[in-house]
Amino acid sequence: MANAPASPLGVYLEHLGKGELAYQFSPDANAAVFYPRVICPTTGSDNLQWRVSKGLGTVYATTVVTPQKGDPYNVALIDLDEGFRLMSRVEDIAPLDVCIGMRVKFRVHAADGDDPPYPVFTPTDGTP
Amino acid sequence: MNGLTRGSAAIVGAAESDIGAVAANMSPLDLMAQGIHRALADCGLKLRDVDGIFCAATQARTSAMSLCEYLRLPAIYTDSTIVGGSSFEVHVAHAQAALAAGLCSVAVIAYGSTQRTVGRRQASAREYNPYETPFRPFLPATAYALAASRHMHEFGTTREQLAEVAVAARGWALLNPVAWEKQPLTIAEVLSARPISYPFTVRDCCLITDGGGAIVMMSADRARAMAKPPVYVLGCGQAITHASISSMPDLTVTGARESGTAAYRMARLRETDIDVLALYDAFTINTILFLEDLGFCAKGEGGRFVSGGRIGPKGSLPVNTNGGGLSYCHPGMYGLFLLIEAVRQLRGECGARQVAQAETALVHGNGGVLSAQATVILGTQATL
Repeated sequence: MANAPASPLGVYLEHLGKGELAYQFSPDANAAVFYPRVICPTTGSDNLQWRVSKGLGTVYATTVVTPQKGDPYNVALIDLDEGFRLMSRVEDIAPLDVCIGMRVKFRVHAADGDDPPYPVFTPTDGTP
Repeated sequence: MNGLTRGSAAIVGAAESDIGAVAANMSPLDLMAQGIHRALADCGLKLRDVDGIFCAATQARTSAMSLCEYLRLPAIYTDSTIVGGSSFEVHVAHAQAALAAGLCSVAVIAYGSTQRTVGRRQASAREYNPYETPFRPFLPATAYALAASRHMHEFGTTREQLAEVAVAARGWALLNPVAWEKQPLTIAEVLSARPISYPFTVRDCCLITDGGGAIVMMSADRARAMAKPPVYVLGCGQAITHASISSMPDLTVTGARESGTAAYRMARLRETDIDVLALYDAFTINTILFLEDLGFCAKGEGGRFVSGGRIGPKGSLPVNTNGGGLSYCHPGMYGLFLLIEAVRQLRGECGARQVAQAETALVHGNGGVLSAQATVILGTQATL
């Protein structure tokens, strides 16, 4: 049997490279799956579809890290409207002003040298 | 059902190795061996009596193999299950099962870490997680801080209430001669300490010390012949809900609900039957979450519950009487020290911090980032 054509992380990063936040959907579980996997953790099935998120979500939890060197920065957990959660940070706002329940929108933090792209969020400024 | 029998095994020996800041060039294995030596002396056994080794370490990838070499115990039963700080509560259940199955007759559970001496980064390197590492979470503190943020949002828990947990732990530590911290602590001092990961200051976070130790377990039948009164394993339970914080289903509810329910059921006890508690307090939010999830107060009430010194030396519920991971000792993984303190309380060996008529103890271990929860309920002869 042939090897899989791409790893779950590989597909995810490929989408991020195009400015898209991708996640998996398990039709059998009727649920989003994140982080991307080889099988659905609910059903055990390998029937997983890739979907692209609309990029809108809500802050579920938030903290501000104060490093010994450098400026404080935000770390947050974001619940995407499609029903999955990820770690990220909210930018364009003071770290301590990020609050739970705040509506946020995805944008990509571009790849930088050997560092792959990753998703960050900004406040939606009232638009849903 | 977990297949274990209430009271079938007992802890007969318990000891710390050197703790705090140990001598230069001590290894984690040296500390394990020192703990084993002292725990065997505590019960009157010799090294050659040991035929089961249970251990975990962050500085020794194959800790059981290394410990067997160190002790020249070539043909014994080994288990180096590692699920973070609660590994040792899991080991108690595994040792109880191994003793019942005849896989070993004298089981030693050991730990050692030189985290303070070699530095935290050196002692437990973090694995790269492509879904978390880019955001530079200061782990484990950031993960627990996220849980605290959610608890504050949903239930109105305050930073002052979190600080109560640290102040209570410090109160107990001042009664423990081997505790790391020696000075009193106030709520105001917790709040104004160096910020780490909001809402935590450094005083909401566990210590970074060296340390190790061991406990010795036997079947209940043999345990009665040992030097000191046996401390019986009445109940055990475990639950793993996630590994990384972004996969935790609900940041305000831990697997302690499941592990506690299983342990209470096996022990045929409930929270009102418990005399002394040892809850894994890596961060101040832990104690609040575990008091809720183990049934000592309703979900969301933990902050109000700990207020007014309720869990401190002058309070009505004795929690973390050694001073806890916050003020006594926290060498990377703390689970073994919870067990050692519970054994000492049930034997009446705790001097100024002794809880009167302690017959039952609930030990709750936490591993990872609220990930692996393991509860052990212990009792004296009178509870059998």
